Amino acid sequence: MTDPALRRTPLYPAHVAAGARMVPFSGWDMPVQYTGIIEEHRAVRTRAGLFDVSHMGEFDIAGPGALPLIQGLVTNDLARIALNQAMYTPMCTPGGGIIDDLLVYRLGDDHVMLVVNAANTAADLAWIRDHASGNVRVADRSDEIALLALQGPRAQEILQRLTPAALGHIRYYWFQDEVPIAGRRALVSRTGYTGEDGFELYVDARDAVHLWDAILETGRRDGALPAGLGARDTLRLEAGLLLHGNDMDTTTTPLEVGLGWTVKLAKGEFVGAPVLRRQKSEGVTRRLVAFTLQDRAIARHGHPIREDGAPIGRVTSGSYGPTVENSIGLGFVPLEYAELGRRLEVEIRGRGVPAVVTKLPFYTRPAAGGA
Amino acid sequence: MYPKDLRYSKEHEWAKVEGRRVRVGITPFAADRLSDVVYVELPKSGADVTFMQPFGVVESVKAVSDLYSPVSGKVVEVNEALHDRPESINTDPYGAWMIVVEPRDLGELKQLMDADAYMALIGEQRS
Repeated sequence: MTDPALRRTPLYPAHVAAGARMVPFSGWDMPVQYTGIIEEHRAVRTRAGLFDVSHMGEFDIAGPGALPLIQGLVTNDLARIALNQAMYTPMCTPGGGIIDDLLVYRLGDDHVMLVVNAANTAADLAWIRDHASGNVRVADRSDEIALLALQGPRAQEILQRLTPAALGHIRYYWFQDEVPIAGRRALVSRTGYTGEDGFELYVDARDAVHLWDAILETGRRDGALPAGLGARDTLRLEAGLLLHGNDMDTTTTPLEVGLGWTVKLAKGEFVGAPVLRRQKSEGVTRRLVAFTLQDRAIARHGHPIREDGAPIGRVTSGSYGPTVENSIGLGFVPLEYAELGRRLEVEIRGRGVPAVVTKLPFYTRPAAGGA
Repeated sequence: MYPKDLRYSKEHEWAKVEGRRVRVGITPFAADRLSDVVYVELPKSGADVTFMQPFGVVESVKAVSDLYSPVSGKVVEVNEALHDRPESINTDPYGAWMIVVEPRDLGELKQLMDADAYMALIGEQRS
């Protein structure tokens, strides 16, 4: 049943050996689960989980024009990050629609790395190259770089056993390059997509299996598990993190999906700024809202959202939340239905299941420093 | 794993004849394929079900699947405990039965598979 058109990450043999269930995802053959989505989800919330997210794209952008190029393409303000700091930002069309959401890593004065969604890698690269002038070099390094995400309250303790570097000094959304780990080197950033503390390791694709095995071996005593895309999706949804292609795309703006905090209109001109400026002053007419269902049926992408039986919007993401122990989701509704506590219904198999508009995130991790 | 005294449908339900009644659930293969069952939708007692037509729904974290009745007749018992413990479908697929049917025609069960034929079917689907 293997589809030869699907791409494989360098960790493919490790997944198969671990008995992972592989599924097609954005053109890649990826592990959706190893032992079970809920078990892996709980491991990340209470101990640690290790994800292969090597399908993500990495671009290396260097030269005197590198920072001005990216500053002119993304909505957030690059001037706010220092060397060794990372930033989350949308990248928009001239109409303000979200082409992709990405991380920018500041590697130097004239040097950044962008980390983009697998499904958008080719389109993002073309878009960036179209806007690049002669004094900047845009290199696609996606095939050379593997990406491992170790997430969970025990992540630092586990990773620290493999490196002399003081991981405690890497703060949230900061990183360190050339960190020695288990005899190899990695760019280590304190970032993730789960709502837990944790690290993402950008490594040479040839070192991926060695590091994967080393982390899982030392993490075993802490109860660390390999975790698949299934748990990644339930974790990110509970944490209120959006998925491009589901919750946002080129037809929705950052202001409509609750990413207004990433839109820095005062930084100077960038692609999409005029439209976003107007939308900010006039106000949005629809909003992405979070909702909790009143029974355990699951709202899925595309299900209608209704009020008194009349359709008013659509679900963009939905799942059972294993930690919040509720059926939860995200969806678009006209602004007048977006206030917290508003009662709506989601149509599931023809039935209107009562739902309540809920504050994001559904889940917040307990403050660090506890017992 | 697949008891000889049950009959099996190609949609992965098992049927157990108990006198004049038939108890219905899903097979370990189906439960494993679904994994992490979080919700079931079952008919009310007294509802009519039809041979190989949907009688309910089972949802896992990733997917939703119809449940097919291996026999036509009237639902006389519903396993209400599954609403609170849907995960028991994963941990104990034979204990986590879904409905008991009073069949109109027990002969329909002849169209289902025995354990050997069912194991051959899932052997193909696994590869």
